[in-house]
Amino acid sequence: MTGVGRIEVRDVYVSFAAGRRDRLVALDGIDLAIDAGEVVALIGPNGSGKSTLLRVIAGLLRPDRGSVALDGETVAGPSPRVGLVFQEPRLLPWRTTAANVGYPLELAGWPRPQRDARVRELLDAVGLHGAAGQVPSQLSGGMRQRAALARTLALEPSVLLLDEPFSALDELTRERLNLELLGLHARTRTTIVVVTHSVQEAIFLADRVVVISERPGHVLADIPIALPRPRSLADLDAAAVGETARRIREHLGALDIHGGEAAA
Amino acid sequence: MTATPLARLRGVWPAAFALAAFVIAWKLVVIVTGFGPFILPAPEVVAARFVKAWADGTIAPHLVRTLIEIALGFGLGASLALVTGYVLARLPLAERLLSPYIVAAQAMPILAVAPLLALWFGSGITPKVVICALIVFFPIAIATMVGIRSVDARLLELARSLRATRRQIVTTLEVPAALPSIFGGLRVGVTLAVVGAIVGEWAGADQGLGVLVNLARGSLYDTPLLFATLLTLALLGIVLYGLVVLVERALVGTR
Repeated sequence: MTGVGRIEVRDVYVSFAAGRRDRLVALDGIDLAIDAGEVVALIGPNGSGKSTLLRVIAGLLRPDRGSVALDGETVAGPSPRVGLVFQEPRLLPWRTTAANVGYPLELAGWPRPQRDARVRELLDAVGLHGAAGQVPSQLSGGMRQRAALARTLALEPSVLLLDEPFSALDELTRERLNLELLGLHARTRTTIVVVTHSVQEAIFLADRVVVISERPGHVLADIPIALPRPRSLADLDAAAVGETARRIREHLGALDIHGGEAAA
Repeated sequence: MTATPLARLRGVWPAAFALAAFVIAWKLVVIVTGFGPFILPAPEVVAARFVKAWADGTIAPHLVRTLIEIALGFGLGASLALVTGYVLARLPLAERLLSPYIVAAQAMPILAVAPLLALWFGSGITPKVVICALIVFFPIAIATMVGIRSVDARLLELARSLRATRRQIVTTLEVPAALPSIFGGLRVGVTLAVVGAIVGEWAGADQGLGVLVNLARGSLYDTPLLFATLLTLALLGIVLYGLVVLVERALVGTR
């Protein structure tokens, strides 16, 4: 699997119409290279364009200038090789967990038997086999986000993009899901790009933490995380982590963001 | 929702009680005012006439004709309304161009349009079908438009990220999401369809419950039959409405 899931973001510039004449520059010349199998956390203040960058990589948003390449191929639209997990679970409320997880397979035209087998596999992988027949309103927040993750994994993407995926969950659930995400990464070596507000979470998950500035967004710092894998929550107490967190916060602090956002 | 037989019975009682209260009040009005059966027949007189008219085959052929008009008109109007509602929701230009005409057509009293349609389409079934279609069109088109517009943009983005085709987005996302709203329109529409058929028949017809209403009042001077026909119409409306609700339950479930 080496070499699959390499992302190159070259000079990406994105602006949105704001009012009649003005344009708001969300991303101003982002350059970023992410190796296959690498885990990169994007961190930055609200409105810094982190989610926008994720959408550009996912092929949901075409940049005004610049390009994104996946394994050397320019991204022109959504690709089955890229899986996106949103901040909200975005499950179809009228579908059961199983039918939600199988939705991408259904859209891709998988025949019923294969689909069912794959859905069982996925539900087992995220610990939701017991909830296969339930609808989203019957699931807890954590279960919903697990279902969303399973749905994203259905087509075995080589790149996993996560937009503050667990930010709406309580801390315990969030830690567990982060651990599971690392377990998944260890098994599949999927390239992971995760947007987060939390310095702790960024350090815990990532090989590199990329700090994005306030609008117009550009890369402020690119900080390697030296923690060995597999990681455990206890690793977060190490002195080196404190030092790294201090460095990241320094960059964020220059942007004058408030403590509440950086709290893990 | 699963209801035990006992719970279901408990659910039926209030309705039965309300019906009994209505009939008793009706009877009291008849007794107190002393209106003759020509003005206000007593409930038991109407009930007897209702049974007789059904037994001797007075009502059935008229009901069948009206039912056919409703089925065709509602089917036609609802189909057009679903497509139009979708287009209005997704093409802002279409809404700006079409909505004045749709609203104007709705604001025009159907009673005034009916004779014109009879003039154009003759006295056969066609003008009734057209009137039914016209009258059910507006609520269903608007409900569809509102339903499609309210589909969560985040779900649409999800479908796009999964490379859903236009057609897949319609069938797997937009229509299921809009169904509760669409059925709101269908419920209103189906009851209006009954009104549309009767209005159409009044503008000229040889058969139908609307014709029977006119006959009973105008040439037969049979007020109990008029009431029996109205009762049939009311029951027809309830049954059709119930059918829509049943289909809705099957498709939308208890979500």
